[in-house]
Amino acid sequence: MGQQQLQPNINISLTEKPVKKSRWLAFMKKLAKNKAAIAGAIVVLTVFILAILAPWIAPYDPTHIEMSKKFQGPSAEHWLGTDDKGRDILSRLLYGSRISLTVGILSTLLGAIVGVVLGIVAGYYGKWIDSLIMRFCDVLLAFPGILLALAIISILGPSTANTIIAIAIFAVPTFARIVRGSTLGVKKLEYVDAIRAMGSRDSRIIFKHILPNITSPIIVQATLYIASAIITASALSFLGLGTQPPTPEWGTMLANGRSYLAQAPHITLFPGLVILLVVVGFNLFGDGLRDALDPKTKK
Amino acid sequence: MSKQPLLEVKNLKQYFPIKGGVLGRTVNHVKAVDDISFEVYEGETVSIVGESGCGKSTTGRAILRLDEPTAGEVNFDGEDLLSLNKSKMREKRKDLQIIFQDPYASLNPRQTVGQIIEEVLKIQNIGTSSKDRREKIISLLETVGIGAHQVDRYPHEFSGGQRQRIGIARALSVNPKLIICDEAVSALDVSIQAQVLNLLKELQRKFQLTYLFISHDLGVVRHISDRIIVMYLGKVVEISDTQSLFENPQHPYTRALLSAIPSMNFEEEKRERIILTGDVPSPIDPPKGCRFHTRCPYKMERCAIEEPVLNSVSDGQRVACHLVEKGAVDYTKIPVNS
Repeated sequence: MGQQQLQPNINISLTEKPVKKSRWLAFMKKLAKNKAAIAGAIVVLTVFILAILAPWIAPYDPTHIEMSKKFQGPSAEHWLGTDDKGRDILSRLLYGSRISLTVGILSTLLGAIVGVVLGIVAGYYGKWIDSLIMRFCDVLLAFPGILLALAIISILGPSTANTIIAIAIFAVPTFARIVRGSTLGVKKLEYVDAIRAMGSRDSRIIFKHILPNITSPIIVQATLYIASAIITASALSFLGLGTQPPTPEWGTMLANGRSYLAQAPHITLFPGLVILLVVVGFNLFGDGLRDALDPKTKK
Repeated sequence: MSKQPLLEVKNLKQYFPIKGGVLGRTVNHVKAVDDISFEVYEGETVSIVGESGCGKSTTGRAILRLDEPTAGEVNFDGEDLLSLNKSKMREKRKDLQIIFQDPYASLNPRQTVGQIIEEVLKIQNIGTSSKDRREKIISLLETVGIGAHQVDRYPHEFSGGQRQRIGIARALSVNPKLIICDEAVSALDVSIQAQVLNLLKELQRKFQLTYLFISHDLGVVRHISDRIIVMYLGKVVEISDTQSLFENPQHPYTRALLSAIPSMNFEEEKRERIILTGDVPSPIDPPKGCRFHTRCPYKMERCAIEEPVLNSVSDGQRVACHLVEKGAVDYTKIPVNS
């Protein structure tokens, strides 16, 4: 009996698969169980695909003005209606998604890179450099996001590129804080001491041993941050400080339709809904990622 | 032993600052290690014992400069490690290695065993090609009792004892002269402890290693050491060869420590039990004079004022206690509860 049970055990240990794959699989399984995260992922993915395909699937040129067709409600010809200058809202939304996603992702990426570097340096080296970086972050965090973005835009001037820069700057302290905390935790682990005792350079310790072990919080934060970056970008455009007309952008479209809220509510309604949908999608997906990546929520 | 020591620690101090206040100024220090000196000779095993918080691990970490010591000298092989710059120290690190207490935390969970050891070889530029390194890794692992077929497994697939063997293989991979074993077997089962200790002894013979063995377990220490350093609250209270320490402990603290070892020997029933009262004082504000005087059953007036220094009492036994200075009465004859 005992021997019969032993036999299969030996076989298993000989045909073992690399743990990386099984870890990835466990992560995917956990994520798949979370219905909200899947819904979020689907929304995000759809918007991505639509944004990429915009030039091919948009029914009209998004900047083509046709005054004779202004203020039309949804119809077979214009699915989501037309705006005050007779431009097709669906096409504008599709093209607008390219701007919103680009701004959201680029600004988050930029902010994350700078934030991660600052956070690791602060957490790893400590002492005065830590105090300096963290106080700088405190200063940035003390401003409400939109206010800071406004200040930066007013210095740099309104444009899509400057919107990205402004939002990225605001992302820096958020990432720096998270990364610093995680770095402090990982730095104390004995295997980091061990590799240090082996004579490793700081750069190797940071890139090979600390960074890979703090990626989860960074990924989660980045996903969640894309959502707020999209909102901030739209808000800036709404105020006329972001992407400039006639480029189609969701925030600009909202601002544009605001004057005709009573006559043609669909001009503001659709961009508003799209912003809501995308932001909720990113948030749900980010939350799901966090749950799936957190080893404490193992089930 | 009149030869040159391999490791000579001189007046080593490790104070950790306590930050406080709005400005984060240093308000005080934890005096984890306060002015200790000792030597380790080539090929011997020296143990540091003491209760938690006495500074024994801190000493080990300070020698390796894992934490930068506050003051003192660490002469290794005739060179002061503390005076070396970063890159010189990195090269030097291959001569001094460390084995950690927790075999679960000391191996990166994202690397296979082979990768863990290969990285060390790469850092210290050992081996010419990856094939050459691979062979070395396999032979190292076989030396510590891990089979070649297990090279590509991850740490979590091994037991605690096996992981500790991997830690030992990693330390060995750079051909060190000195290995600091920081509670290297404390986290293991007693049966596994014995195996790992025997492995350490065997490796010592094979590679002429010198060990600085840090432990709170006197049983383990007795088994493995040539000499023992007893620490209390950041100070060395007694340095002695193993036999003298266990047969003829001099410092009252050492005696208390030894009397706390559980014994299986029922004939030895009359063994004196010294139970210390009170807690270890805070290393932030240690007692003046002898640090042990607040708990010492034999304390004298002098003990609270004057700090005792290490004095030789016999060949190879040094004690820091006013009671055992030359010509003093044998305090062990005095009844404890007087």
